[in-house]
Amino acid sequence: MILSTRGLSKRFGGVHAVEGVDFDLPQGQIRAIIGPNGAGKSTFVGLVSGRIPPSAGSVAFEGADVTGLPAHRRIGLGMAYTFQITSVFANLSLHENVALAARARLGSDRAAVEARVASALTRVGLSEPPETAAGDLSYGHQRLLEIAMGLAQEPRLLILDEPTQGLTDGEVAAFIQLVRDLGGPTTILLIEHNMTVVMETAERITVMNFGQILAEGTPAEIRADAAVQAAYLGTG
Amino acid sequence: MEFGPYLMLATLEGAVAAAVLALTAVGLSLVFGVMRVVNVAHGEFYMIGAVIAWVVATGIGGHPAVGFVAALLVAPLVAGSVAAAADYLVLKRLNYDPETTIVATIGLLYIIQQVTLMTFGPEARPVEAPFDARLALPWVEVVAGQWQLYWPWGLSTTAYKLFVIGAAVVVLLGVWLVMARTRLGMVLRAAQLDPEMARAFGIDVDRVYALVFGIGAGLAALGAVLIVPIQQAHYLMGGDPLLLSFIVVIIGGLGSVAGTVVAAVLIGLSDGIISMFFSPTLAKIIATVLVACVLVFRPQGLFGTRAA
Amino acid sequence: MSDRRATALHAAIVAALAAGYFVLPEYHSGNLARIMVLAVYAMGYNILFGYTGLLSLGHALFFAAGMYGLALPIEHLGLAPLPAFAIGVTAAFVVSAAIGALALRTVGVAFMIVTLMFAQAGFLLALYFGAWTGGDEGFAIPQSLRSVAGIDLTAGDTRYGAALVLFAACLFITARVVQTPFGRALIAIRENEERARMLGYDVTRLKLWAVILSGTMAGAAGAAYALLFGYAGASFAGVQHSILPLLWVLLGGAGTTIGPLIGTGFMFYLIDISSEITTAYMIVAGLALVLLVLFARAGIAGELRRRVWRWLP
Repeated sequence: MILSTRGLSKRFGGVHAVEGVDFDLPQGQIRAIIGPNGAGKSTFVGLVSGRIPPSAGSVAFEGADVTGLPAHRRIGLGMAYTFQITSVFANLSLHENVALAARARLGSDRAAVEARVASALTRVGLSEPPETAAGDLSYGHQRLLEIAMGLAQEPRLLILDEPTQGLTDGEVAAFIQLVRDLGGPTTILLIEHNMTVVMETAERITVMNFGQILAEGTPAEIRADAAVQAAYLGTG
Repeated sequence: MEFGPYLMLATLEGAVAAAVLALTAVGLSLVFGVMRVVNVAHGEFYMIGAVIAWVVATGIGGHPAVGFVAALLVAPLVAGSVAAAADYLVLKRLNYDPETTIVATIGLLYIIQQVTLMTFGPEARPVEAPFDARLALPWVEVVAGQWQLYWPWGLSTTAYKLFVIGAAVVVLLGVWLVMARTRLGMVLRAAQLDPEMARAFGIDVDRVYALVFGIGAGLAALGAVLIVPIQQAHYLMGGDPLLLSFIVVIIGGLGSVAGTVVAAVLIGLSDGIISMFFSPTLAKIIATVLVACVLVFRPQGLFGTRAA
Repeated sequence: MSDRRATALHAAIVAALAAGYFVLPEYHSGNLARIMVLAVYAMGYNILFGYTGLLSLGHALFFAAGMYGLALPIEHLGLAPLPAFAIGVTAAFVVSAAIGALALRTVGVAFMIVTLMFAQAGFLLALYFGAWTGGDEGFAIPQSLRSVAGIDLTAGDTRYGAALVLFAACLFITARVVQTPFGRALIAIRENEERARMLGYDVTRLKLWAVILSGTMAGAAGAAYALLFGYAGASFAGVQHSILPLLWVLLGGAGTTIGPLIGTGFMFYLIDISSEITTAYMIVAGLALVLLVLFARAGIAGELRRRVWRWLP
């Protein structure tokens, strides 16, 4: 297991955003987390990545307990996290955004950083001049840049929080291909609303509702699950 | 003098300081609470109050009480107008961004202070108290197993100092009544809780902000008018009240008016008492470091409950 | 490419300053020596404010730590200037590390107030120990104690040279640091702290090193000021002296390598000229602060970069 949580909980005031989640993600899997708005998906990956401190429970990454580690240490161990709300460095160049992501791992090895930046930008298909300010990119391309920053870290676990929001159909198709290519060496945890993306990329799906895990299974099993349909798919 | 009477005198001096400090600090706290603006120029509005008091008192002449009453009305109005204008001309245009407004109010501090230097001059100028009766103070002693009052030689205060304390209490009660019981108070609290919502309900938030900034400055000026018969008006007099008000507002919890008053009494009294027995500089050093540590380790203040 | 242009620009500035000594009348070269030392103070401030995005209102504490760290051992122990300079810089290093560790637990407005409070405590401490520091009056360091390796630093030419060496060193250090991964990470923190954290940067540690580098440079300026101009006094620890580097950096251009020099020089002469007209010369500083935040946030070098030279470092 690359990632396991036990009894992971987060309360905001009196609200149980995430409650007692036991979650296991095997090495190399592409896993999607789906669920209605407010189901606790983003809070859950926030707890995993260390952005949000848990109220109770534990997180283990590659067999080691990381519950007490701050976010930057977890990232240093091989996680990467892309933001749901686009959070690029708007005043810095496209190149510098990705280079910052690469440098956090590579340090001052300029050649290695350059190579990784070029490869990350090519993989997500960002072809603007690298000195373009990130804030000048279209919304969809800022999403792609966000993903490129995740890729440039060459993580073992890549957490993508709603990566396709705001992308065009063509960009979504390219994204699906990208995730499939990445799978294998990179374990991917994907929060996604777009069911096409989920069904075409995920090997297994976890369904969350009211802060708890409602169901887990292959795409086919989830599609057939009556409880999931009632909570989530059935309405749509 | 014995220790007991001496302590009583120190407490009284501390109470006067606390009264004026409470007025000044509540002004600062009100501005921070409603507008989230840290007004570094607050001490200068205090100074304006003292200077205007001198101008009015010397301009009117006659019995000192006439000038004093006039100053009580005019000085807060002038300081408040200057503040409201500064809000309209500068702070509003900065969208009340917290860090930028601090830089801007530092600029205001220098502008106000230096303009005063150019016009009022570098001298310290006294203002006569409206009345100057001295009151002898009693102390108790045990004579033949009986407690009895006596009037030690030199143990006295002025009626005016007692008046300062009383006046500050009245003004603070007034502020509390306005905040708790009037429509204006309700509007202020609405603007504090959620400016956007207040705007949606038709409250002119820009005007409320200018008003609050004016009232905050006016309270500082009022404190200065009260103190100027005891101290003197000087263009650099704003520094100490600013620092002390900061301390009070931080200890009391940023933006909490009730906490501010409690903290002002505490700080004013202990500052007065400690300064009588120890070096005032040492007292200030300890107070400053302690307050910085309160901000570092307990940002909600000693009496506050919510995070600032 | 832009690296090379930046290096050329910095070299040209240092060369122009060196030539300035031979061209300018003595009055102005004396001023320029002072401006260069104060610009080092501003460059230190700029590392924290301009590059890391942390607004301190207490840098006078670090300047004063360097100043007293050098001046007190010379005055009271008869120490030689070079080891005293090392003590001054070390003192600033230690003080900035301690203040940084405490103040960085707060953010935004609280950070500004906490730094202001600690600096105020330092200022009062200098007054309290007036027997050693001379309090507000300060004390002069005798000419006889201010020579290094037989070079008398009180003479116009050696003083100018020493100021230039320190200025050039700090300019190239700043220019280099902001190109390193460390410096780039500081800029990332300024732009979006949460994103930097989630890229795996230890932002708390990075900010602490930014405070230390910034404070130590300010301390070096303080030590150099005391050594070259022979005076140490509590006014250099006061609030006003914390606000001046903010003003210089805002005016010259925050987050640019050459902004601190431009801002310091400009403001120095502005105050110099207005102090001939009025005793209330600090009104210039007040007006400048208000006008800058209202109309020219980027400062002089920042506007140049925005309008003319995109490559400006």
